[in-house]
Amino acid sequence: MQKPKLVYATYIRSTPKEIWAAITKPEFTRQYWGEMTNASDWKRGSKWEHHNPENEVWITGKVLESTPPKRLVLSWADPDDLKDKSRVTFEIESLEDMTCLTVTHGNFKAGSTMVKKVSWGWPRVLSSMKTFLETGKGLNIFCK
Amino acid sequence: MLREMDAVFKALADGSRRKLLDQLRQSNGQTLGELCGHLDMTRQAVTKHLLLLEAANLVAVVWRGREKLHYLNSVPIHEISERWIGKYERHRLRALGDLKKGLEENKSNKPK
Repeated sequence: MQKPKLVYATYIRSTPKEIWAAITKPEFTRQYWGEMTNASDWKRGSKWEHHNPENEVWITGKVLESTPPKRLVLSWADPDDLKDKSRVTFEIESLEDMTCLTVTHGNFKAGSTMVKKVSWGWPRVLSSMKTFLETGKGLNIFCK
Repeated sequence: MLREMDAVFKALADGSRRKLLDQLRQSNGQTLGELCGHLDMTRQAVTKHLLLLEAANLVAVVWRGREKLHYLNSVPIHEISERWIGKYERHRLRALGDLKKGLEENKSNKPK
């Protein structure tokens, strides 16, 4: 196993099913992921895309593993720079009344420009997801 | 929520622990041995500090075989910044807006 580059964990007062839905269903992502949506049928081997509200593709990749509501592995690349491909793993683990969501982003190519972008993005997206699932309202993640 | 934040503030209140986080920011995913090599602390002290940082969820851990890798997890810090700084920022912006409005009103009064 290659050493992952980025690992983020957040403990959310929620259930694994809700967290799975929060990642995969556009009606939820829209509310905390800066109006962005993730589109796919979330089956292994399928394509997935990350869209902005104008339906432009920001990130694209394949579903490499899909075990709802526990584990989702995606390949991840900017459609304008498909060679700079990396891999994201979502792991969802139930702990008493909380659920731990761990996002691991790794397998970056040497000199990847994606590392910097996602190091900015993941803490914002994940803290917004936590706030959304616990209070019903996400944070404004693009606020500087 | 409050207890989680208490743990974060407590963990950040110590200079050695902040140094450990700086180390991880420079090079993410280090083992205990690697971290000890960069810091002027005993292995026991580093272990103790890392446990506190893990409890506060400021450090996320990944096992690779028997190797325990430590990662800087900035999600809780971001929650704090959103909750406090974000709020102050909005106040500041509103204050600036009021100041601008006040000055502009004064200006229009001047020619009298």
